[in-house]
Amino acid sequence: MPNTSLRGWGRTAPTRANVVPVRSAADLTGALAAAGPRGVIARGLGRSYGDPAQNAGGTVLDMTGLDRIHSVDAESGRVVVDAGVSLDTLMRAALPFGLWLPVLPGTRQVTVGGAIGADIHGKAHHVVGSFGNHVESLDLVTADGRAHTLTPDDELFWATVGGMGLTGVVVKAVLVLHHVETAYFRVDTEQIDNLDDLMARQSVGDEEYAETVSWFDAVTTGPHMGRGLLMRANHATLDDLPPKLRRHPLRFDAPQLLTVPDVFPPGLLNRATGRLFSEVWYRKSPTKLGAIQNITQFLHPLDIIGEWNRGYGPRGFLQYQFVVPLERGDVVRSVLEEMVRAKQVSALNVLKRFGEGNRAPLSFPKPGWTLCVDIPVGGGLGPLCDALDELVLDAGGRHYLAKESRTTPEAIRRGYPRLDEWRKVRDAADPTGVFTSDMSRRLELTS
Amino acid sequence: MIDAVGNPQSVLLMGGTSEIGLAVVEAFATDRPLRVVLAARASERLDVAKVRLEKLGCAVETVEFDARAVETHSDVVRSAFAHGDIDVALVAFGLLGDNEQAWTDVDAAVELAQVNYTAAVAVGVALGKKLSEQGFGSLVAFSSVAGERARRSNFVYGSTKAGMDAFYSGLTEALRPEGVHVTVVRPGFVHTRMTEGLKPAPLSTTPEAVAAIVVDAVRNRRELVWAPGPLRFVMSALRHVPRPLFRRLPV
Repeated sequence: MPNTSLRGWGRTAPTRANVVPVRSAADLTGALAAAGPRGVIARGLGRSYGDPAQNAGGTVLDMTGLDRIHSVDAESGRVVVDAGVSLDTLMRAALPFGLWLPVLPGTRQVTVGGAIGADIHGKAHHVVGSFGNHVESLDLVTADGRAHTLTPDDELFWATVGGMGLTGVVVKAVLVLHHVETAYFRVDTEQIDNLDDLMARQSVGDEEYAETVSWFDAVTTGPHMGRGLLMRANHATLDDLPPKLRRHPLRFDAPQLLTVPDVFPPGLLNRATGRLFSEVWYRKSPTKLGAIQNITQFLHPLDIIGEWNRGYGPRGFLQYQFVVPLERGDVVRSVLEEMVRAKQVSALNVLKRFGEGNRAPLSFPKPGWTLCVDIPVGGGLGPLCDALDELVLDAGGRHYLAKESRTTPEAIRRGYPRLDEWRKVRDAADPTGVFTSDMSRRLELTS
Repeated sequence: MIDAVGNPQSVLLMGGTSEIGLAVVEAFATDRPLRVVLAARASERLDVAKVRLEKLGCAVETVEFDARAVETHSDVVRSAFAHGDIDVALVAFGLLGDNEQAWTDVDAAVELAQVNYTAAVAVGVALGKKLSEQGFGSLVAFSSVAGERARRSNFVYGSTKAGMDAFYSGLTEALRPEGVHVTVVRPGFVHTRMTEGLKPAPLSTTPEAVAAIVVDAVRNRRELVWAPGPLRFVMSALRHVPRPLFRRLPV
């Protein structure tokens, strides 16, 4: 489909590009050879919030047609997959073998190629690290059309992990999955009535759980500010399951109830509806230990509702996600206070403690607190976010490129001190600058 | 690039000494410093504008642009895009002229027509081409309420703005499939150098107020805005007033 308008999951800042479907190696080399002066970027399922998979005036490769699962090895956990395979598809294929994807973000609707490019993380980060940690090798087609099989011994491998598609096109990967007995979680939920307690509770005992995260309410102010739910879980064993579930322990239990129609007016999410939503979300999960939950209930509650981003109306929204060092947990509260002061409403706020980061120069996770908030686009949001940037960067933090949609090149330089190191590897792989995106132009990631 | 909250990174001002145009650039620059290209004839006023924007942290380039030299306009636009994408292009040049002279003196009338209409069309075509190649961008054209219904007191100016307004309104539709947003701005009486010594009309406004409306229009991708907003209703009423009555109105 030539000349197509594209935007990210946040539905902001659309641009037009020539979209080329890629179903084979020949499609890819053809598209690279035909690349014009505005360059090329690969796109998967478009779940990045901002503009990393847009390329105004240039070529965008639609990778979702490259979708074969080549092999699944139940013994070793090794799977060989094309880059356009979604994590949802891969999980459905791997679960019958008792295999589980160790890194799952807030949605399963992302491709393997995108997961590598953004080096995504999940609620298990403190135990298993990010997506790149589980890639045994990857096939990258560089600007000259040549394919390279890269392993963690290669610099270019780590420049590609978290490299936002700017080193080349990932076409295939070998991933190593984990073994599980069931597709269910044994979940401990604690309802906690303010932010300080929530963070204090989250700071102890995380290592006893495979997955931990908390949700909190950013609408309520006063002594209950930041009241929330601390949710921690381990994979349920066969013995944990009630008899009813024990018959099909590896069944992929992931229902979707409805798809949101594209009819919402702007301003639907306001302080009144935000308060209502926060109240319901908080009340729905009283403290309960050892509950058995399926993947949707625990990991992906929002996947129950398809296209939920439409609920934000035509002006779209942005997700603000940052990480700050563990000792600067105070920034979380400051950000919350700034948002309340600016009268911005974020209905869903997710707080998580990261474990160790990996070797990739542009990988987002590093030890610390990471917070993400969803904010509908409206007046005053730009200046508020600029103020939040200062808080985050002064504390030694940084922004997540997969969700970033509005910060400055300077903020990225400050947050990612290894940017120049990454650029050197990238420039060697793509000396004429074929790979480029709206994000790389906006944030001056490439020269 | 234009980001998720509508902040541009670069702005081109065709008519680099236009007070309204500069007010728009400054309004964008208060949130974020910009790369600015000022297209105008070399002058002291241009130097002053450059220094003022640099004080706000902007990186400013200038490009030689003479609205009367239509044959040069493609090249002018090409050199304005030479150092990178232009996110927002403002078409803000124009002459008010003296109406009594303009409708009685051929040269004066033709000059108004050439600067306000012919040059605006030439620049619009060239900008449309470059922005389409980019696949994104915002083009803002300053029309006038005077183009909405010609009045005895400034109908030559009004006629040029009517033509210019019709061209950019059409360009809005033509460029929409290319991902380029065109906004037509219809200001009323604005207190500027251009209107110095004239009697202010009702609902008169300032360059800063017009700038705020333009910034909002670009951020929300609006296609037609009035400055101030209530002029929309005043003008839609005035447009339908019968001639014998209209000529008696104190407008």
